[in-house]
Amino acid sequence: MVFTEDKLKKVQEIIARYPDGKQKSALIPVLHLAQEEFGGWLSAEAMDYVASLLSIEPIEVYEVATFYSMYNLKPVGRYLFEVCQTGPCMLNGSDQIIDYIKEKLGIGVGETTSDGLFTLKTVECLGACGYAPMMQLGKHFREHLTREKVDQIIEECRSRATSMN
Amino acid sequence: MGRKLLLEKAHVEGIRTYDVYRREGGYASVEKALKNMSPDQVTEEVKKSGLRGRGGAGFPTGMKWSFLAKPEGVPRYLVCNADESEPGTFKDRYLMEFIPHLLIEGLIVASYALGSSRTYIYIRGEYAWIPDILEQAIAEANANGWLGKNILGTGFDCQIYVQRGAGAYICGEETALIESLEGKRGNPRIKPPFPAVKGLWDCPTVVNNVETLAAVVPIINLGGEEYVKIGVGKSTGTKLISACGNINKPGVYEIDMTISVEEFIYSDEYCGGVPNGKKLKACIPGGSSVPILPANLLFKTAKGDTRMMNYESLSDGGFATGTMMGSGGFIVLDEDQCVVRHTLTLARFYRHESCGQCSPCREGTGWMEKILKNIEYGKGKMSDIDLLWDIQRKIEGNTICPLGDAAAWPVAAAIRHFRDEFEWHVLNPVESQQRNFGLAHYADPRPVPATA
Repeated sequence: MVFTEDKLKKVQEIIARYPDGKQKSALIPVLHLAQEEFGGWLSAEAMDYVASLLSIEPIEVYEVATFYSMYNLKPVGRYLFEVCQTGPCMLNGSDQIIDYIKEKLGIGVGETTSDGLFTLKTVECLGACGYAPMMQLGKHFREHLTREKVDQIIEECRSRATSMN
Repeated sequence: MGRKLLLEKAHVEGIRTYDVYRREGGYASVEKALKNMSPDQVTEEVKKSGLRGRGGAGFPTGMKWSFLAKPEGVPRYLVCNADESEPGTFKDRYLMEFIPHLLIEGLIVASYALGSSRTYIYIRGEYAWIPDILEQAIAEANANGWLGKNILGTGFDCQIYVQRGAGAYICGEETALIESLEGKRGNPRIKPPFPAVKGLWDCPTVVNNVETLAAVVPIINLGGEEYVKIGVGKSTGTKLISACGNINKPGVYEIDMTISVEEFIYSDEYCGGVPNGKKLKACIPGGSSVPILPANLLFKTAKGDTRMMNYESLSDGGFATGTMMGSGGFIVLDEDQCVVRHTLTLARFYRHESCGQCSPCREGTGWMEKILKNIEYGKGKMSDIDLLWDIQRKIEGNTICPLGDAAAWPVAAAIRHFRDEFEWHVLNPVESQQRNFGLAHYADPRPVPATA
């Protein structure tokens, strides 16, 4: 489990943003890189590797990885649906959207479909309150969700997965 | 139409790019400040402007800057707080997405005033596409000599770096943000020492919100005295309001703080009223942690004055009958919404986001969520309402950081103003699962406009 040359260069660029000796500040960005690189989640092995890259103790990495909600500590499906359920989204029907996704994918919150494609997670406010209901999918937000939009998103993911295989 | 200072140019085609931004007068404040003003004069101008922190606390920005310690030979840091996470708030995202150079410009001027040569933008991890936009703007500013070494020949060096968080509301609290930027868990620090003395890597640090730093641009361009004239009293300048919930036109609006709350909700220039001809039930005007107000207290203060969209008027009456401007996250609830359920989602949010350092917050937020869940699902007891009240009182003021207060206030205000709705849930465990309580004595004091 090692980074590619490109990723290692990126790590050095990140470390250079801080004064000498403050490379621990790179931990959160480097964990994002590790999660991207190593299949969407952080195994103990991945975290130990990050610790070695930054010359810090593994425990310092575990402390951080377990604190922040964006790090997945278990494997997740290829497409992670993170649906907001906080007040403003709830006022605009996020509960119904979550129910619909559960029904459509046949999984509960926190579960992954048997084909390994989809994981459903509920999250707290992502800052898209005016464009509710919404979910995060990878790097981007999907907003103004309706049942039809959910259908489209699922289709889009399925066809992307097929073309990648 | 109110005066716009921040978003006036946000919809000019191509404003995200340096060339268009510059053509529209961008970076004039950097020229003015670096060529004609000393760092202290810039701070003085910000003091004169009366600018108050736009992240939620409303603390005077110039004063915060003047507290910055300046020991010889120790670096000082400016950190931009872009960890926008208060439910209902999405204004900083809008500003960064649509007019990123405005933030970069404000950051250069503020960095000059404070003597920060390494300036960081700490942005919430979920806004994963925005760092690309900001880094593009920073690269353009570097290429055109606004960043880097010896800017405009003044001898001032400055570089701006973007740091992404990884999902933690608490990192919006400035000392938690600093911890996170140091590569640690976002546990707030005990103050004092304040960041102005001991902040990032133990060096003097100022942490300011995105909108606050963007507002430095018009302040320098217009001068502090002109800025004061926009707005009213101690609510100077303009404020971004992110409006959401049950309104016809959700979005981000720049207001000059001289309009009434009623106009803001019903005017077509802003929220455009409540959809489907429904009545207004309640509103949380400043982000989820500020007190919810029923419609009657929202439009008129307890003294009978028209309530205005500014710091003083929104807080008129204290927590008994008023609320707060907060972050400007404006959440509207129509007559069909359930206050108990809404409060439950907020309690769950704060339980999820508590860092766990202080027991009143760590335990109390979980208890509040459980009790609210029981009430919402028809399993509550009458004594639960008093128990909730008791718990929130024991959290408030008893924690290292204000997250405890932020978790306590929404529960307190919901019980204060909507107690009969909580009691109705307890007394009608079956009916409350089939329909919502609806409106009561706090119904909309206005007739629904015929066109709505």
